[in-house]
Amino acid sequence: MGIVVFYVAGACAIGSAIAVVVQRNPFLAALSLILHLASLAALYLVLQGDFVAVAQLLVYAGAVMIMFLFVIAYLGDRADLDLRRGGIGAGAAAVAGLAIFIESVIAVSGSSDLLKTPAIVSDQFGSPTTIGRLFLTDHLLAFEAISLILLVGAIAGVVLGAGDLLPSGPRTRHGDGPDAQEPGERYDLRREMQRRERDEQEHESEVGA
Amino acid sequence: VTPGIGSWIVLSSALFCIGLVGVMLRRNPLVILLSIEIMLNAVNLTFVAFGRHWGTVDGQVIVTFVMTVAAAEAAVGLALVVALFRHRESLNPDGFTSLKW
Repeated sequence: MGIVVFYVAGACAIGSAIAVVVQRNPFLAALSLILHLASLAALYLVLQGDFVAVAQLLVYAGAVMIMFLFVIAYLGDRADLDLRRGGIGAGAAAVAGLAIFIESVIAVSGSSDLLKTPAIVSDQFGSPTTIGRLFLTDHLLAFEAISLILLVGAIAGVVLGAGDLLPSGPRTRHGDGPDAQEPGERYDLRREMQRRERDEQEHESEVGA
Repeated sequence: VTPGIGSWIVLSSALFCIGLVGVMLRRNPLVILLSIEIMLNAVNLTFVAFGRHWGTVDGQVIVTFVMTVAAAEAAVGLALVVALFRHRESLNPDGFTSLKW
């Protein structure tokens, strides 16, 4: 049973990974990656990683990929840019990838008998109970640090993504003009809204004329 | 019955190499981020496989941490792509060299 799942899900994972790399449309590439992550979750189940498999589906295939799909949808057809490295670059990439793969296969085939038989584990191996206990005992410091990293990542995403909606974010439009903000000026939401309204009216009158 | 550890290493190294080729081959920053996710997941697979092989759960704990860091990385990376796009109206990474000295 485990062997069958290994081969089916493994082939699925490799096929969808290749699809991600060669697919021209980034939207379809992101959908292929979701399939890739789901087949990896099936492989984790073979390895008795119940908690990791569920987290993979919820966090990765769910949350992270939705974020990717939102950005691709936001950029629209401008995300379709496809500039492959042609010629020498593509050849070098393929050769380097193949070389690393062959090297690891050689290393595995020459491995000792120590790697032949897996350990015998209980049914509780990899269950949420086991993982949760480890989180709150042995790995407590890392567990807390990771929450800080997530917080910083979320703040960085907002600051970088909000653009000129924030007082000191990267400014793209409204950067010049009669009443452009001075660098040190305090941010005033009402003034900003008035300025945008005026810009829109100007734009409409231009279009109308 | 699960396959031996060698099969898992071969599978995950194949996946890692596919992701590596994707990073080197493609120039769309969105697809580069997707390929990085493939590489991260290939490494996660080795963590889980070796953890199962040696009968320790620590590998799976590390995989959870890697997932969290990857989520933060994706958030920052995508925000950078959006910010760069607003500045340049283009996604060509060759245009994003203004940080070069």
